[in-house]
Parts: sequence; C-alpha cells; structure tokens
Amino acid sequence: MTIPANVRALLSGNGPKWALVALIDLALLYVIALLYFQGEILFPLTLLVLGSLGTWIFTSKCGYNYRYVYPCLLGIIMFIVFPMAYTFSISFTNYGSANILSLERVKEIHLNKLVKTGDHTYTLALFQHNNQFQLQLTDKNDSHSIYTSDTFVLNGDLTEVSARSGAHAKGNKLSMREVVKQRSALGSVAVILEDDTRLVMSSLREFSAMAPQYREQSNDYLVEIKTGDILRPDMTTGFYVTEAGEQVAPGFSVYIGGDNYNRLVTDKGIREPFFKIFVWTVVFSAGSVLFCLVIGLLLANLMQWEPLRERGIYRVLLILPYAVPAFISILIFKGLFNQNFGEINMILEGLFGISPEWMTNPTFARAMILIVNTWLGYPYMMIVCMGLLKAIPDDLYEASAIDGANPIHNLLYITLPNIAKPLAPILIASFAFNFNNFVLIDLLTAGGPMMPGTTTAAGFTDLLVNFTFRTAFVAGQDFGLASAIATMIFLIVGFISWVNLRATRSSQEY
Amino acid sequence: MMAMVQPRNLKYRVWAARIVMILLLCLVMFPFLMILSVSFRTGNFATGSLIPENPSLEHWAMVLGFEYTAADGSVVKPTFPVLTWLWNSLKVSFTTSALILMLSTTGAYAFARLRFRFKNHLLTSMMILQMFPAVLALVAFHAFFNKLGGVVPWLGLNTHSALVMSYLGGITMHIWLIKGYFESIDVALEESAYIDGATPWQAFRYILLPLSVPILAVVFVLSFIGVIGEYPIASVLLQGVDQLTLAVGMKQFLYAQNYLWGDFAAAAILTGMPITVVFLMAQRYLVNGLTAGGVKG
Repeated sequence: MTIPANVRALLSGNGPKWALVALIDLALLYVIALLYFQGEILFPLTLLVLGSLGTWIFTSKCGYNYRYVYPCLLGIIMFIVFPMAYTFSISFTNYGSANILSLERVKEIHLNKLVKTGDHTYTLALFQHNNQFQLQLTDKNDSHSIYTSDTFVLNGDLTEVSARSGAHAKGNKLSMREVVKQRSALGSVAVILEDDTRLVMSSLREFSAMAPQYREQSNDYLVEIKTGDILRPDMTTGFYVTEAGEQVAPGFSVYIGGDNYNRLVTDKGIREPFFKIFVWTVVFSAGSVLFCLVIGLLLANLMQWEPLRERGIYRVLLILPYAVPAFISILIFKGLFNQNFGEINMILEGLFGISPEWMTNPTFARAMILIVNTWLGYPYMMIVCMGLLKAIPDDLYEASAIDGANPIHNLLYITLPNIAKPLAPILIASFAFNFNNFVLIDLLTAGGPMMPGTTTAAGFTDLLVNFTFRTAFVAGQDFGLASAIATMIFLIVGFISWVNLRATRSSQEY
Repeated sequence: MMAMVQPRNLKYRVWAARIVMILLLCLVMFPFLMILSVSFRTGNFATGSLIPENPSLEHWAMVLGFEYTAADGSVVKPTFPVLTWLWNSLKVSFTTSALILMLSTTGAYAFARLRFRFKNHLLTSMMILQMFPAVLALVAFHAFFNKLGGVVPWLGLNTHSALVMSYLGGITMHIWLIKGYFESIDVALEESAYIDGATPWQAFRYILLPLSVPILAVVFVLSFIGVIGEYPIASVLLQGVDQLTLAVGMKQFLYAQNYLWGDFAAAAILTGMPITVVFLMAQRYLVNGLTAGGVKG
C-alpha cells in the first residue's frame, strides 16, 4: 500500500510536530491507563477528554484558532473546574484516613499477608565475618537441631541461602542491638533448609516457615487458606468482612451516597458547630469589609486633600501593611498578641494593668482577628477609594463650599452617592475574599480556642474553609465530610458571585 | 485647584489632620518597628525597649545559616533552613510565573484578536470561575496529587512540580489584564502583516508581543508576588522541612512548644523586605488589574 501524496506532504512538513503530539499522547495514555487500573474514574476520564481535545486542536486545521486558548483553558479546567468536580464527587464517598486506599490496593495488601505454617520456629543468631553474614537458627522446641546458613551479604536485596545442620558459623555473634539495626535487610533473606522448607523472618528474634494467609477468589472475594473462611468486600462500609461480620482493616473508599450531607444535617455535634461557624464567617466578613471601608474611605479623603502637603509620604507608609506579604505580617501579629511574651500585652499591662487572653478567650480571639484583618485590609480599600474619588468632578465640592457645607455634608451628600455604585462590586468581592480568608485564621489562631462537645473538632474562630481544612487534614482526615462542607461553600460562593455579577452589571449601566 | 474656596480655619484643620495621621501611622508601623527591634535582642524571650539594650546578631546569624557564639561561649546552631526555603520559594515562583505568562499571553491573544465559537461563553465562565479560590478544593488537590504521584512520582505530594502545576489555574486575572492591553493596540499593524502573508502566529510573535513587553513584565511580577505569598495549597502539598516554601515554613518558628520569636523576627525581615520592595514598585498595576477584571468585564 502506498501512502497518498497529501499525507506524505503533511508528514514531511510537520514531522516533528506529529512526533511530539504522538509522544505526549502516548505518555498521557500510559498515565490514564495506570490511573484507571488504580480504580480511579473521574480523573483519567478528564485527562482522556482533555487529551483528545488537545490532539484534535493541534492536528486539525479547523482547530487552529483554539490552539491559542487551549493551553490556558487546560490550566483553568485542570486546576479550577476539575478540583471542584472532584471535591463534589469525594463528598459522596467515605474517603478518609480509615478508608484511604482503593479496593485493588487493599486486596493486594491482604494477598501479601503471611502467616506461620508448620510447628517449627527457629531462634536466630547473626554472625558477621568482614562483610559476610551467617545465620544460625535453633529450633525453639529442640535445642539440638541447629542449622547454619551459607555466607551472604546483607544489602536489602532479596536473597536465598541454604542452611545445613552441623556446620559452624564464622566471625562474631552480633548483639541484639546490632541485629535490630539489620532488621529490614534481614526481612528480605530467605533460608532454605535441607528438606526444602523455606524460612523467613517472622518476628524480631525468629525465623519460621511462612505462607500467604489469603488466596483470591472471583468477585474480589478472599479465602483464608488455613480455615477456608471467606472474606467479602462490603461495598457499603468499605471494609473486607468475615462471615461472622467482623471488619478487617485497612478499609477502601466506596461511594456512600448522601451520608456525609446527612451527617451535616442530623448529627447535632456537627450541625451546631457548622451553623455557629457559618454565622461567625458572615459576621467576620461583613465586619472586616465595614471596618476596612470606613478607615480606607476616610484616609482616601485625607490623601486627596490638597492642603495636607506631605501626604505623599503618608500614602507610602499607609500602604505598607498591604505590601508586606500576608504570611509574614500575620505571623508578626501572632507573636505580638502572644499572651505570655507578646509585646501588646506587655504594653497593656504597663499602661492599664490588663492582659487580655487573646488566644484562649473566644471573644478576645475574635476581636483580635478583626483588628488584625482591618490592619491588613484598609490599604486596599484606601487605594480603590482614591481611584474612585478622583472621578468625582471638583466643581461639585466647589459648589457645596460656596453653599457653606462642612466636610461631613460633603461626604454624605456628594462623595458617598457618587462612589456607591462602582464600589458595590468591589465590596462584594472583598466580602467573598474574607469569607474564604483561610490564611489569616490558620496562621493567627489556627481556629482556636476549641469548641467543647463537638463530634468533629471545631474552633471558635474557624471560618468555614478552616473548618473544612481541619476536618480534612488536622483532626482525623475525614475527606468525605470535608468535601461535603466544601460543596456547601461552593454553593454560598456561587450565590455571592451571582449577586456580584448583577452589581457589576448595574455599575456598568451607571 | 487654586480656585477652591478655602475655609478660614484651614490651618487648624491641617494640623489636626496631621496629628491624627501621625498617631495612626504609629499604630500602623508598630508591628514593623517592634519586629525590627526583636530581631536584634538577645535570646528568644527577651523583652525590653524599642531600642535593644544589648543588641545581638545571633538571630541574623541563625537565619543566614551560620553558627553563632554567644558572649558566654555557648554556640547557637541554626534551627531552620531559611535560605533553603527562600530558594524553594524563588524557584517555584519563577517557574510558575514563566508558565503563567505563556498560558495567559496566548489565551489573551485569542480572546482579543481571534474569532472562534463559544468565545463569549468562555469569557463569562472565566468571570464566574475566578470567584472560586483554590482554597475551597484543598481536599481535591491533596487527593489528586496523591493519586497522580502513585503513577508519576515526580508529580506526587511533597514535590515542587506538583505545586507549580496546581498554581496554573490562577491565570484568569492575568488574561483580563493582557487582553485589555492587546485591545488598546491598533489592529492596523497586524492587518498589514496579514496582507504581506503573515500567519496569525507570526503576527502575534513578531508584532503584538514586542509591543506588549511592559504588560508582560507587570504580569510576571504580579504573579511572582502572588505565588511567593501563597500559603493554603503549599501547606497541603508540601511536607518535608527541606521542601517547604517560605510561606509554609515561617510559621514553624512560632509553635507554642518551640517558640523562636527572635529568630522569626530576623527571618521575617530578611525575606519580607525584598518582596515588599517589589510589591511597592508594582502596586499601581496590581490595583489596576484587580479592578479591571471586575469593572471592565
């Protein structure tokens, strides 16, 4: 068969490109296949769809214009859209520290389990001569049957050595402590006796004949070889269970339907902290926006005030809290607010004789968070307001000055009405930002002090995101429940951004 | 502004404003001055006045990775590899910013100049998607790289490449910024190039890009600042002490059971200073960029 001329031309002109696309696709398919065999579905599927789309775009002429958008869309889809979808799908599983593996991996672990067979157990003694080692195994029940192995090297590789009775070991007998050091290397040494019995290390001091505990049956069932008991994978709890109904760890992750959402609603120990945290999150976000706006707007007015000649210097200094990386300034405050050695309490103690418990009292902790966040956030509002103030025509203030208005009149009747509409979307965006201000809480209080009497740990200063983080990574890795909470936050944030879009539209009409 | 009607008591008002300003600046600057003072105090629990009585360089030596011999002859050893963290942060930020620049420039070009189906849909979805910060999907990021690492080890948890990849979603703001800039450049230049037989790629590469160097520099700096201060994803993905970035590592100084206030102070100044300077130089553009996405659409 000859290659058609147009194909040949295509191949000769774009040879390197085709090779590159083929190479990337091959690598991608390999990864997809491996992920699929690990029991993943959503992840390899996404890769497959994006990969084929990319292949089409970069090889077909129709896709030419998409070649420029594809890379950035790839980033957005893989790292914004996919994580959200993935979180949503995890929220319907029991994925967590007790059920972290896939069914395939758990089966593999069970199949690799070994049990002692036969009645003979041998106490081990290890001899070293230069780099060569020898094992001397003594039967526990019969101290006269002693086997000595051939020499071998201990380097962690799988080795088999044969052993004979009556041979002598060369070199020094190692102490128990030195044997312990070689423990893992010894684990990969198998000793073959004269009657072909194969011995492996069964405990720190012993060698014995071992055989797999389970063998595989169809449908992922396992059979215990010695007793014939059947282990059944329970797809509702994510554990292997015996016929008697006992669960055998480790667990694997399975879809459990809406259980996590159910727990959010019905378990009082989760529902109550969730609701409290939600209220605090709203109060915190609204409070932060309000304080930052008030201070930022007043300062912006001052910064525009002509008679204050040195305001350029003030401006740079006032912006500093915004310019210093947040992870540094938040930690500085954590140190300054420290109850025992913090400089703030030292000053308060000296001036007023008080030292508030910033880290252990919920009210003080919340007050501290608002203080710190106002300090962090007012410069942004100030900069934004300065921009908006510039857009207000000067003659409005001229006219009001002629009418004898004071600055408060100016603020209420000229400034505020003029900046309200363009400011609205910025305030909503700032609310949304603070709603998810994970960094501030995590670095300043880590959510503490803790709420008493909750099912999953929750703190008085936790925001919803921090509660998710705590559930997922700090207190017992309950990824399923954490994802359910995260999904709730998606809905709330979705609602906020819908409001924001509308506010933006109306500000554009203006 | 000279025509402005001036009230009679202006002088007093200016002085009142000045005093309020100075008091406020004291509050604003207090943490910075304090941390500067703490970094020169002896020991980690020392208290005292703003200007340390017995200034000591032990914390600075520690941060820079030197051993320090105190006055009584005892040797203080460095506790954390701060310079390694700084290097990690720089490495991750540089790579991420370069990749972000590539992705967002080509994307912005398509959105500004090319015609294709679903363009407006894509723009709207981008607007909505940028409202969902990555911090909401930390579990997914963790699970995702945990599983990917089982197949491709260099993309697993505790690797910098995984961290860089996870930052590639944060490009929407930069796309808006560059798109706005591209749209402000006259199309005539490119059109004449097309007449001479240029492909879209050539028009992009040889005409539009050279004209856009300023905005590309701004985007690079902005994304650099953003990445170097990023904490949530890094705190979930990175675990080993030597792999940490500054943002994750710094909090290790302030654990209750191992409270190193003085060492922290020196490390904070050393690492915070350059980032702050870069930020101050770029902040004008940052605010423009932040408002451009929301207001201009």
